[in-house]
Amino acid sequence: MRTELLRFIARRLVQLVIVLFVVSIFTFLLIRLLPGDPVQTIIPFAKGPQFAKERAQLRRDLGLNKSLLGQYWSYVIGLLQGHLGHQYSSGLPVSTLVDQSLPVSLQLMIYAQVISLVFAIPLGILAAYRAGTKTDSAINTSSFALLALPNFVLALFLSFLIGAKLHWLPTAGYAPGWLDQFFDGSQHMQLGQHLTDMILPSVTLAVGQIAVYMRLLRSDMIATLQENFITLAKAKGITNRRILWRHALRPSSLTMLTVAGLNVGTLIGGAIVVEVIYDLPGMGEKIFQAVESRSYVELQSYVVVIAVLFVVVNFLVDFLYAVLDPRIRRARTPA
Amino acid sequence: MPCSIPGFVVPERRPSPRGGAPGPGTGGFGGPGAPADAIRRDEADPSSLAFEGDAGLLQVDAVAAGPEGGRRRLGQGLNVTAWVAIAWMAFIVLIAVLAKTGLVTWGDPQNSIASCASKGPFAQGGSAPGHLLGCDSIGRDMIARLALGAWESLLVSVGAITVGFVIGGGLGIIAGYFGGFVDTVLSGMFNVLLSVPAIVLALALVAFLQGSPENAANSTLPDWFVLILAIGIVSIPLVGRISRASALSWSQREFVLAARAQGAKSGRIMIRELLPNVAPAMFSIALLGIAIAIVAEGTLAILGVGVRPPTPSWGNIIALDRGLLLTSPHIVFEPSILIFLTALALNYLGDVVRTRFEVRESGI
Repeated sequence: MRTELLRFIARRLVQLVIVLFVVSIFTFLLIRLLPGDPVQTIIPFAKGPQFAKERAQLRRDLGLNKSLLGQYWSYVIGLLQGHLGHQYSSGLPVSTLVDQSLPVSLQLMIYAQVISLVFAIPLGILAAYRAGTKTDSAINTSSFALLALPNFVLALFLSFLIGAKLHWLPTAGYAPGWLDQFFDGSQHMQLGQHLTDMILPSVTLAVGQIAVYMRLLRSDMIATLQENFITLAKAKGITNRRILWRHALRPSSLTMLTVAGLNVGTLIGGAIVVEVIYDLPGMGEKIFQAVESRSYVELQSYVVVIAVLFVVVNFLVDFLYAVLDPRIRRARTPA
Repeated sequence: MPCSIPGFVVPERRPSPRGGAPGPGTGGFGGPGAPADAIRRDEADPSSLAFEGDAGLLQVDAVAAGPEGGRRRLGQGLNVTAWVAIAWMAFIVLIAVLAKTGLVTWGDPQNSIASCASKGPFAQGGSAPGHLLGCDSIGRDMIARLALGAWESLLVSVGAITVGFVIGGGLGIIAGYFGGFVDTVLSGMFNVLLSVPAIVLALALVAFLQGSPENAANSTLPDWFVLILAIGIVSIPLVGRISRASALSWSQREFVLAARAQGAKSGRIMIRELLPNVAPAMFSIALLGIAIAIVAEGTLAILGVGVRPPTPSWGNIIALDRGLLLTSPHIVFEPSILIFLTALALNYLGDVVRTRFEVRESGI
């Protein structure tokens, strides 16, 4: 049992290191994909001689005077020490910008997950309990439409209707919440304003997830309800409500919770467009600004941060499930 | 081609969370007893297809079809919704082709009429006579731009999915057929590509490939090509894992052994024996893939890395005039609605195709 778990963790750790290595190569090569001399593309000569200092800084950041292997080496060492380059318009280190924007994205992701699970679980249970009825097909049809609804369309629609026409909720702006102060000490929490600002973005992000989670829970739940222990519970005279919530929900929720866990990583990067439309100063907004100003080194750093977060979060989720559920480590270790 | 023999159908796949909602009793993921490996990373991304990606999910034995499980004629037994979806797609494709070839003109998509700027249905500036759907912020006719934008959006999405299917599908078949070291390397490559969020990967690829700022004329590659490449590369691992799993199960069948015994080379077996069998499963996800690629084009455009003006695409029409959401909502919502309806139609048709190529357990 122990060795099985340890072997699983060791395998996953090796995989983690390999993936991180390839991610570092990939992001390193991104800058080299730029046509022509990267320094010239990033800070064109047309901008005048006063940019010579920035250009020199950029050359140092990129290590362009070294061989390709040497450049990669200094890039990786820099990453490991937390040097993510500079934003050339302001001279700020990118790591500071990450400290400001990452908590925004993290909180958005957490709210979206909470909202989607709060809605998906009752709906999934209801659809499974009434499987094959009109209620079920109504829930299914609407979840089908929600799945096809792009995030940005919903974001634009909600900010137009709720924000601009009805004036119920703010559609832009951000006040620091409970997480920001841990990353950037100068932020002071304004929880009420923060939560109000976050409602629309979180709901937008949650809608697509509701459909996904609901469907997963529904199909697992239908299977669970065929089990003998459910028949037994019914025979004992336990109420339907209690059977559904106390007996059937837990064994049915494994798939849904795993997908939710893996979504943690996806939502951090996948929320870009939502952050941009609602003007939230998260990672997505920073990426957008970096693209707009063609600040390539900055962009490269954000890609690194998101990719590493994504890989590490997925590793942790896998790890957690392997600890919680022995079947996973057995299933994923080839005989 | 064994696929055409009644009684042989593509292997049963598990109902995906995306659409294959199992009826009561068919069991879904099998509840508490389900092997935990049913949980795959690719199901985690709702914006991607819920691809079933591993050999473990495929039951190697083909399921014998019941009397009604044989081949049906195309179009037989389609419901009204499916016909509406088909009609919608035909309409969009027709408009796009007509706009691009110029056979029918709805006006010049680049001609700006100052008096019409930002006007349109529901706009604060009032409606624009002579322009049914109004004009954009600099007075260009929306119908002309949406029609040409349809071409650009379809070109990018169909092109990207073609790239993903040719490369991803090919690599997947190679990985599934050869197994061993080849499989380890290719599957590892797929996993690495999947380890960066798809939209971030596509965004980075387009931003860096487009290179030179501001001006589209300065870049070496046309925008549609860069977008096809970026979205195509992102879709390679998703498609690759499906075709690998499918090829893996088919390559263990007797007809492959028979072909090998007759002296067929690996290349011939992969193309003549495996490809026809893997193709149906692949085709059924192609439509969903195109839907996702259309949405991806829109997303990338809003993020500032789409097709660059003056060429219109559905995405960049939204991106250009997003600031006018309050005063001229029609500019933003017309392409949005087109994207949504097209994605919905393709999703639905993808679902129809998938259930056609599958035999439900209840059909045994």
